[in-house]
Amino acid sequence: MSTATHKLLKGATGDWEMVIGMEIHAQVTSNAKLFSGASTAFGGEPNSQVSLVDAAMPGMLPVINEECVRQAVRTGLGLNAKINLRSVFDRKNYFYPDSPQGYQISQYKSPVVGEGEVLVELDGGRSVTIGIERLHLEQDAGKLLHDRSPTMSNVDLNRCGVALMEIVSKPDIRDAEQAKAYVAKLRSILRYLGTCDGDMEKGSLRADVNVSVRKPGGPLGTRCEIKNMNSINFIGQAIEYEARRQIEILEDGGQIDQETRLYDPNKGETRSMRSKEEAHDYRYFPDPDLLPLEFSQAFVDELKAQLPELPDQKKTRFVADFGLSAYDASVLVAERESAVFYETVLDRLANRARDGKMAANWVINELFGRLNKEGRGITDSPVDAQQLAAIIDLIGEGTISGKIAKDLFEIVWQEGGDPRALVESRGMKQVTDLSAIEKVVDDIIAANPDKAAQVKDKPQSLGWFVGQVMKASGGKANPQSVNDLLKSKLGV
Amino acid sequence: MTDLTSLTLAEARKGLAAKTFTSLELTDAHLSAIEAARVLNAFVMETPDKARAMAREADSKIAKGDAGPLAGIPLGIKDLFATRGVRTTACSKILGNFVPTYESTVTSQLWRDGAVMLGKLNNDEFAMGSSNETSCFGPVGNPWRRDGSNTTLVPGGSSGGSASAVAALLCMGATATDTGGSIRQPAAFTATVGIKPTYGRCSRWGIVAFASSLDQAGPIARSVRDAAMLLRSMAGHDPKDTTSVDIPVPDYETAIGRSVKGMKIGIPREYRLDGMPAEIEKLWQAGADWLRSAGAELVEVSLPHTKYALPAYYIVAPAEASSNLARYDGVRYGLREPAKNIIELYENTRAEGFGAEVKRRVMIGTYVLSAGYYDAYYLRAQKVRTLIKKDFEDCFAQGVDAILTPATPSAAFGIGEKGGADPVEMYLNDIFTVTVNMAGLPGIAVPAGKDAQGLPLGLQLIGRPFDEETLFSLGEVIEQAAGRFTPARWW
Repeated sequence: MSTATHKLLKGATGDWEMVIGMEIHAQVTSNAKLFSGASTAFGGEPNSQVSLVDAAMPGMLPVINEECVRQAVRTGLGLNAKINLRSVFDRKNYFYPDSPQGYQISQYKSPVVGEGEVLVELDGGRSVTIGIERLHLEQDAGKLLHDRSPTMSNVDLNRCGVALMEIVSKPDIRDAEQAKAYVAKLRSILRYLGTCDGDMEKGSLRADVNVSVRKPGGPLGTRCEIKNMNSINFIGQAIEYEARRQIEILEDGGQIDQETRLYDPNKGETRSMRSKEEAHDYRYFPDPDLLPLEFSQAFVDELKAQLPELPDQKKTRFVADFGLSAYDASVLVAERESAVFYETVLDRLANRARDGKMAANWVINELFGRLNKEGRGITDSPVDAQQLAAIIDLIGEGTISGKIAKDLFEIVWQEGGDPRALVESRGMKQVTDLSAIEKVVDDIIAANPDKAAQVKDKPQSLGWFVGQVMKASGGKANPQSVNDLLKSKLGV
Repeated sequence: MTDLTSLTLAEARKGLAAKTFTSLELTDAHLSAIEAARVLNAFVMETPDKARAMAREADSKIAKGDAGPLAGIPLGIKDLFATRGVRTTACSKILGNFVPTYESTVTSQLWRDGAVMLGKLNNDEFAMGSSNETSCFGPVGNPWRRDGSNTTLVPGGSSGGSASAVAALLCMGATATDTGGSIRQPAAFTATVGIKPTYGRCSRWGIVAFASSLDQAGPIARSVRDAAMLLRSMAGHDPKDTTSVDIPVPDYETAIGRSVKGMKIGIPREYRLDGMPAEIEKLWQAGADWLRSAGAELVEVSLPHTKYALPAYYIVAPAEASSNLARYDGVRYGLREPAKNIIELYENTRAEGFGAEVKRRVMIGTYVLSAGYYDAYYLRAQKVRTLIKKDFEDCFAQGVDAILTPATPSAAFGIGEKGGADPVEMYLNDIFTVTVNMAGLPGIAVPAGKDAQGLPLGLQLIGRPFDEETLFSLGEVIEQAAGRFTPARWW
């Protein structure tokens, strides 16, 4: 599937290629859990959001939360995937105190969403399409607390039963960069859709990463699964480490044991959690408490019609409507909040056809640059979209020069205020009054007769005069007018 | 006032409405009867204070003229139904002294309609059994004995407490559940009427699960009319159980006495087992004759996959049970045995908390769902189930309105007599009833006569999905012809 060149790892026996597939667990944005009415709010007192169903009291039955189904379908549509009008909930049986039922309700053979694909942008304008194998709905587990008693463990069931979407990729990913970009893109799509908040720190998005290595183009190797990764950077590090570990074993004549591993970010290494032999037999079977999940194509069509514009569509539109470069457009759409900010700027512009591209440059270079420097996010930018639009209007209409605009931006960043009023009160307006500029030009030529004489032979020294005039005008003279005047007066 | 206990529910309703007696009097009469019959071990929890409080409330409602359809009627509740504030154990040690904070949908509907709770009734542990011998509270005595014998017999199971209590006149009716015959077989063993409605007719919410795709609640009662009255209150759609079906519940009582003239009754040839006792055969023939006399047409039908039903049932039901019972782990409620770590906690708690039959079924279920065996057992059993269902559909498609079969292959047997060495001997009790659960159909057991030793025998009628009314009409014909049977009191 890969159209981009990808990173190969050098070994003693030559190059090795990584083959990576991912299972992303994305917590569904919903008020209530997948099969109970209990709240999904984060950070509640332990066991304050537990229904009788979540606690698996005798005789309790699950009832599907339709909003979670809608969210899964929306996500499937956002992944350009096949939506299955009939799917089945299965029980995945295992004993653990974070799973009160003794089984997790999941979808095994018939998931709600089938095959799809995600376009992933990489550095340098490269991109790669990663296939989606399936998406299914399942219950999250509770959380064990080991720090409350010296002899016992406690369990908090608040998260137990919260809806997760497990999004399984095809093994199309070929290196750590692609893997990281894939997770970032998926997270971006989920956020655009509003189906998962994508907050990896809170555990709303977690990834299991399957890694194997092979000689480029050769048969697939045995894979290891790295469980429960909750940081994009760690995913990258874990893949690199794991691939090198496997290469070392293979080049030493060993073989890879199919196993589940954990990544330790402190040590920067993966270690074995359980082998294939120790793997559970989950005894999947259709949950007899739940009827198959069935909905109509009309239900899907309605959700499709209400889908928000997604990053790829937005990028295409930005390029087409405002002449943005593909790169700039992808920077703007990568995070939903950035795109929203840019579009708010566009909305406030007096002439967005003229200034849309300039607005993009300002958002990307000035605003993002300044935000990055201070480690701030777009949502707490001191300069809001209204203010930035006003600055760009002032440039576009010729009231201030780009250079003055940077000073103005700094003032607004530091002090706030209405840019137009600031330009007025601080006398930052560009001078376009020809007679005023003419006087300055005349003064400069008069003061530098020898340089003026040289200009005819050295036209490039005109720039020196422009600089002098701009300096004398405090940067407020219109550069085009200065240029024109100098040329006519010096006869070049 | 002990004669109040011998009334049918319909008669009691009349008496209460006419203010011939009060619900409190009726309830007290039953509470005394329960006290006097403790040797039967039908009740595992008596709730006299609650019963009297509910009776007083019913009396005041009756006085005010806003009595529900079951106002003031004292009932027993199988211990599989969660009852708010009243210990609910499924007769398993593993639930210990579990007291639910919630009321099952079925019982809450009975209370809504004014019924009075006398207490909780014994059953096989987690409803797994056909003799009520697997209960952690010990076996239940059948009020019926063989002529001239002092041997205590089983009342059948799993709803043995329900059947025994209704037959011994300890309650006017009882809730029960039926996964493979657990309502109909004990009803047949005790000369009571038991109906397992169509799967989806009653909510399963708040009933301790055995096998979710087969479990269905229903009443055990003293007459067909009483069963109809009870089912009307128990049935109905419940949004909390997505397998419950949203179709209106008819007033089943209006089906009592409705003509069965012209109805086509199927006699399935596959139910004629080799070595079936002659008196069962005779009873079956009698039933057919009564229905024919009432104007029904009797036709022989074929249900070719019948012989696979029992083996398939003993794969599907344990499979679901093995998963349903995983929640009894000693972590959140019920029994918890001391342990050094979590694995030991599970092992010790479940080893101590579950009885032998439950353990056997959990192991069978775990086995048939295991990787490598799933296709050969569980999947194949599900295919058999589809074929069994189709057998019935084909039969009904030929215009058959209901199917008449014996309810059980024998009359009640003695405690400890069966299944000691070979569990299959016990499982065979369900041979005529499991097919109905596998197909999700309604089935009613109606007393139809006695065997040579004076023990009651029952007939089963199987109906179309959600056509319980036809079963009540036909059941009434059998009841009218066979009469009603009351055991001689020995306790």
